Amino acid sequence: MLTAVISGFIFALLIPIILGRLKSISTLWVALLPLTLFIYFLSKIPEILAGNPIKTSYQWVPSLGINLDFYLDGLSLLFVLLISGVGTLVFVYTSAYLKGHHYLDRFYAYLSLFMASMLGLVLSDNIYTLFLFWELTSISSFFLIGFNNDKEDSRKSALTALAITGFGGLFLLAAMVGLGQITDAYQISAMAPMADAIKDHSLYGWVLFFLFIAAFTKSAQFPFHFWLPGAMKAPTPVSTYLHSATMVKAGVYLLARFTPVLGNHEWWNGTLIIVGALTMVYAAIHALFRIDLKGILAYSTISALGILVFLIGLGSPDALLAASVFILVHALYKATLFLVTGIIDHETGTRDVTQLGGLNKVMLPVGIAAMLAAISNAGIPPSFGFVGKDLIYEATLGMGDLAWLLTCLAILTNVALLVAGFVAGIKPFIGKLPEKFKNVHLPAPSMYVPPLILAGLGILFGLFPGVLEGGLIKPAVSSLTGARPDFHLQLWHGFNLIFLLSLITIGSGTVLYFLLKPSESLLKKVTAFDRFSPQSLIMGISRGFALAGKGWTGFFQNGYLRYYLITILGFLSLLLAYRLFIGVELLINTDVMTEVTFYEAVVLLVMAVAILFTVFSKSRLAAVASLGVVGYSFCLIFLFYSAPDLAMTQFSIDTLTVILFVLVLYNLPKYLKLSDTRVRIRDGLLSLIFGALISILALEVMSESLSKKTTEYYAENAYLLGKGKNVVNVILVDFRGFDTIVEITVLAIAAIGVFGLLKLHLRSTEKE
Amino acid sequence: MELLLVIIIGLLYAAGIYMMLRRSLVKLIIGLILLGNGANLLIFLLGKIVKGEPPIIGPNEKMLGEIYADPVPQALILTAIVISFGLQAFAIILIKRAYKVVKTDDLDEMYATDEDL
Repeated sequence: MLTAVISGFIFALLIPIILGRLKSISTLWVALLPLTLFIYFLSKIPEILAGNPIKTSYQWVPSLGINLDFYLDGLSLLFVLLISGVGTLVFVYTSAYLKGHHYLDRFYAYLSLFMASMLGLVLSDNIYTLFLFWELTSISSFFLIGFNNDKEDSRKSALTALAITGFGGLFLLAAMVGLGQITDAYQISAMAPMADAIKDHSLYGWVLFFLFIAAFTKSAQFPFHFWLPGAMKAPTPVSTYLHSATMVKAGVYLLARFTPVLGNHEWWNGTLIIVGALTMVYAAIHALFRIDLKGILAYSTISALGILVFLIGLGSPDALLAASVFILVHALYKATLFLVTGIIDHETGTRDVTQLGGLNKVMLPVGIAAMLAAISNAGIPPSFGFVGKDLIYEATLGMGDLAWLLTCLAILTNVALLVAGFVAGIKPFIGKLPEKFKNVHLPAPSMYVPPLILAGLGILFGLFPGVLEGGLIKPAVSSLTGARPDFHLQLWHGFNLIFLLSLITIGSGTVLYFLLKPSESLLKKVTAFDRFSPQSLIMGISRGFALAGKGWTGFFQNGYLRYYLITILGFLSLLLAYRLFIGVELLINTDVMTEVTFYEAVVLLVMAVAILFTVFSKSRLAAVASLGVVGYSFCLIFLFYSAPDLAMTQFSIDTLTVILFVLVLYNLPKYLKLSDTRVRIRDGLLSLIFGALISILALEVMSESLSKKTTEYYAENAYLLGKGKNVVNVILVDFRGFDTIVEITVLAIAAIGVFGLLKLHLRSTEKE
Repeated sequence: MELLLVIIIGLLYAAGIYMMLRRSLVKLIIGLILLGNGANLLIFLLGKIVKGEPPIIGPNEKMLGEIYADPVPQALILTAIVISFGLQAFAIILIKRAYKVVKTDDLDEMYATDEDL
């Protein structure tokens, strides 16, 4: 399985190179990778069916518990087949949709990167690699949404999506760390037996909270849903693949995956039911008023994700079964509708439903695919959607006291979704064909065959639900509930309450479809409420945050060196002063001090005067000269106190510095008086305080006895090991020889810099 | 003697920082040099100063005697002196260059980037 995941990453690296060489030929072959993966995972079905999840483990950072543990059970299988299956069709579709696009190679690379990350995500058993792959999907999604990076809208949407999903990713990490703390385990499969202990733990509430934020941001749940409509700026294959069929379901997957571990607790069920229900109703109603095909699909996708979260929240075996089936149902019809939208956009140049109509006359196969998808979406028999909707009603009806409320919400959502599906899937294809679309023609087969396949499957699975039941749905449900499921998927249950509800849904939806004509003016009325939407709220917070950040930065990073220095030194002084005067007893150990001789005192006096003269001199040359005096006094001090090497170095360096200063600064203007007295006093005070603190610090350190180990080592071994008698020299060129080489390199670089600056002659154009 | 040196160190630090807080570029460099000298002296002092016993092994000895000046701070300071010379040389030339182009050594006047000139 490692190979299966890694292959996508390698492919992503190689593809720009390969496609760069083979510009002219069709890129259809690229779809071979997802196809191979699809077949590979299909071949695993018998094993999973026999009840043996496949586990593999590769050590990565075992000391931190980060390992590449992969785990393929029923739930993962459902997702990997979805990812590789839809992936294959999207890859095929892309080869025609973006044919000849300048950055097609890049696009395929991002797409492969995404596919590999998504596979890794649903196969990960290790909580940290789960997080890693989770973030990788957000990142690849960022690149794909911003694929048209010359458009400002795309870049903005990409950033919003990354901000929201990346924000959620951090919460996922927090949740995973919390879980690791509680269970002391890093494998999700090892946590399920500890479910009861986890729920009793004090951190349970936090883990739940973090996990929910992660799942809700990724799966576009209210109030984080708004990034998804924005993400529709991506090319249609991306919307199909990431933002309807796979990536946005990662949050749902996360919730499903942790159902056996964290689920079946009132917090878990309550939160998910409320958020899911709110999202599904809110988004479904929003979908009714959109006129952009992709906008309709985006909101209906959010609504469908809401249904999934809602079902997982219900948590009963019926609900989990319904969720498993609905994941597939939704992927099939929604991917179809997206691909069809892409074709319409590609061929007619518009996605405005108010302008589209009668396209059946020019692209019948596309129309057939769209209508089949709309039927499945509406839940009209004999489609797979009908099976899915039945299961949803069955789940809500089984909820005891709340059954009717929940069922009503589900019906409301389904009615609105049905209308949205009809608007997106049927309306563009029937009626009168506008004059301007007379010349529209059918696209290449690689574009209309994928939606046909998906839509066809949506009907086929409806007619023969048994095909799926054994192979996919049962293992998925059993990994959710932990028990051997006993149910039987079927199309026809007879005339019962559920069938009646389905009829009500279809009937009222169809009526609503004919009553409600989406139009620009209606959309305007709805968007007037946008000011109160979570999007405006969160965007407002983010703007405020940026402003606060700007103010903060402007205050501290003001660009004036002296204010930086004042801030740093002032803070340091306060810190030092606090420590010195509060916590430290001032000790001056006069016993160890040497006595003062006359000539030393004279040298120090000269030095002090020279320092003061350097500071207060009005002439630059005088300052430099007295700086030289300071340096020479240093030589003498070094000489008095047994450091002949230092004295020599200081002497030569000081001489050179002074000469350089004089040569270079000779023709600079006089010092200007640039600051007033108050500023000078302020600076002077700060300097004096800091100097005094340093002096006290030095005295403190001197009263401590220092370890002489290093010194003794050098003293003993300088001659024995280094064969030199001058210990300082031996340290520099022998014991620390490499440091000295680096030092020489630094000097050489400085010399090159000096030479470059001296020899640089700007042309007059560059100067101006 | 150490007490006097400690005062000188404080003076060097104070003078260095005062100069670094000025607006003139040249004063900034002078301040940096003074500060560096102060730091060197601090290191030197903390190694315990010893008179007349340089860390040099006598002609017939194999290791240093009982009393000797600490060679480790000396090695550190030597490195520091040399490196700070590299810095000073580069900075001085840079000032000259900058002055040629922008005609000022006032830090507050140097706010424009290359493109604005």
